[in-house]
Amino acid sequence: MKAFEYTRASSPADAAALAAKTPGARFIAGGTNLLDLMKLEIETPTHLIDVNKLALDRIEETSDGGLRIGALVRNTDLAADKRVRRDYAVLTRAIVAGASGQLRNKATTAGNLLQRTRCPYFYDPNQPCNKRKPGSGCAAIGGFSRQLAVIGTSKACIATYPGDMAIAMRLLDATVETVKPDGSTRKIAIADFHRLPGDTPHLDNTLQTGELITAVTLPKPLGGKHFYHKVRDRASYAFALVSVAAVVQKDGTGRVAFGGMAHKPWRVEAAEAALPKGAAATAKIAFAGATPTHDNAFKLQLAERTLAAVLHEARG
Amino acid sequence: MDRPAGKGVSRRGVLVSGAACAAATAMPASASSKEPSAPMKTPPALPVQVKVNGKAAALTVDTRTTLLDALREHLHLTGTKKGCDHGQCGACTVIVNGRRINSCLSLAVMHDGDSVTTIEGLGTPEDLHPMQAAFVRHDGYQCGYCTPGQICSAVAVLDEIKAGIPSHVAADVAASPAFSEMEIRERMSGNICRCGAYSNIVEAIREAAGRRQA
Ligand SMILES: Cc1cc2nc3c(=O)[nH]c(=O)nc-3n(C[C@H](O)[C@H](O)[C@H](O)COP(=O)(O)OP(=O)(O)OC[C@H]3O[C@@H](n4cnc5c(N)ncnc54)[C@H](O)[C@@H]3O)c2cc1C
Ligand code: SF4
Ligand code: FES
Ligand code: FES
Repeated sequence: MKAFEYTRASSPADAAALAAKTPGARFIAGGTNLLDLMKLEIETPTHLIDVNKLALDRIEETSDGGLRIGALVRNTDLAADKRVRRDYAVLTRAIVAGASGQLRNKATTAGNLLQRTRCPYFYDPNQPCNKRKPGSGCAAIGGFSRQLAVIGTSKACIATYPGDMAIAMRLLDATVETVKPDGSTRKIAIADFHRLPGDTPHLDNTLQTGELITAVTLPKPLGGKHFYHKVRDRASYAFALVSVAAVVQKDGTGRVAFGGMAHKPWRVEAAEAALPKGAAATAKIAFAGATPTHDNAFKLQLAERTLAAVLHEARG
Repeated sequence: MDRPAGKGVSRRGVLVSGAACAAATAMPASASSKEPSAPMKTPPALPVQVKVNGKAAALTVDTRTTLLDALREHLHLTGTKKGCDHGQCGACTVIVNGRRINSCLSLAVMHDGDSVTTIEGLGTPEDLHPMQAAFVRHDGYQCGYCTPGQICSAVAVLDEIKAGIPSHVAADVAASPAFSEMEIRERMSGNICRCGAYSNIVEAIREAAGRRQA
């Protein structure tokens, strides 16, 4: 690990201002992704700004019947919150499907949203990777791509967003709240938060330099039955090959978002209109124009079948 | 975890950073001028105060020092083990302010004021914690390397079920979780045992849970 200075932030605005004026600075929250990558020298910050002492660890009801989740709320606490378990069960299910009990005790709401890809070549500094080193090429294209994206890919990168929690947040139409280095705040719809790789795969999201996440808000509950089905190579403690987050109403209408398919949580609102017609009709629209590789084409069928299992359970 | 291509590199990375830590510990601050052309003159170091197993400890550590290395290298509490050093195996599990975490993925400087319990703090050879005794009775290990992490994790798992924290195997996440073998297996999945002592580990936890309820 490269040496770094360490500062405890005193307020969200100060943290953002310090991050913007200090070259090589990064925020650290749970540390479970950042420290992992720093040990491999994939991330090499020269200054860490510890945000853990900021009072951003509460879950509050909003005036329009939703919830405001502080950026530092731990994954365990978010999953265990009574209101979340009752009204946003898909979120609890997605969180407890990820990582381990130890990791969820540390992992924060903001840090989880910002976790980086698990592309094996991103993790191997001996390999070209446009996300790790812009312009160096992409070893995954033509390489081992079983886990990688099947839609929304580019000639520069075919990585996936690996997380679970964000898939449920995309389904729920969450909003990310931030404070910028000049002290102003903004709200980013979760649909616009994670980005597709395009020509700039080193950018995972639309945050600006120094911008700090302060909270994630959820609109009022949707009702319906909630599902998060995660398919992986072992029963627990592994990243998703494919995951399906869904809320299905009594009349068969609903919402669906997919994990493991793209560089961002994959939700196509137009496809949701086909949910009452079944998984095949929905998947056909959701994955129109997919660009799978020989190794990961199975994901398209797996996603459709996982959705079929969810819809079957919803009817039962 | 799924990281096939990175394995070899990450192991070497572990050895390199481990060596850097050990060097920094062994050297008095004044000797750092003799260091061969290092990029930074003196790597930043900061004071931390932690309570470990009930005893206050004041340390000055290189900012890079993980909680795991602080426990093992600075406080000589070598019960907590380093397996993967990347949050994947659970060998380094300790309990901080009542919650289990992977001490390898946490910086010591981030634990100022915290209260840490390691395997050494759960019980003593003469007076074992009920979970330690249950592991002994059920042979919940073979080589024993993963065991301190398994035991710290298991103690915290029983508290998590009692606190009503849901898990992936819950049929209804809104309901209170109940103790079951499936719950134990799921909740312990962050602790890997390469000797494969899993069935005895589950038996030991089941017994410790029963004793506590009684
Ligand atoms: C072995 C292992 C298995 C895992 N399995 C899964 C899994 O199955 N599913 C899954 O979803 N995840 C999994 N994870 C990933 C885990 O969920 C993330 O590591 C965790 O959520 C990151 O949160 P953190 O608070 O620790 O982030 P940190 O590591 O502290 O930070 C991550 C990034 O976010 C930035 N950041 C943190 N807080 C803020 C803020 N407030 N504003 C702006 N930027 C901020 C940091 O600068 C950093 O770049 C796994 C991790 C490990 C190590
Ligand atoms: S897919 Fe993206 S992350 Fe993976 S090697 Fe290519 S550029 Fe890097
Ligand atoms: S050494 Fe910390 S999880 Fe493996
Ligand atoms: S007892 Fe050997 S690794 Fe678990």
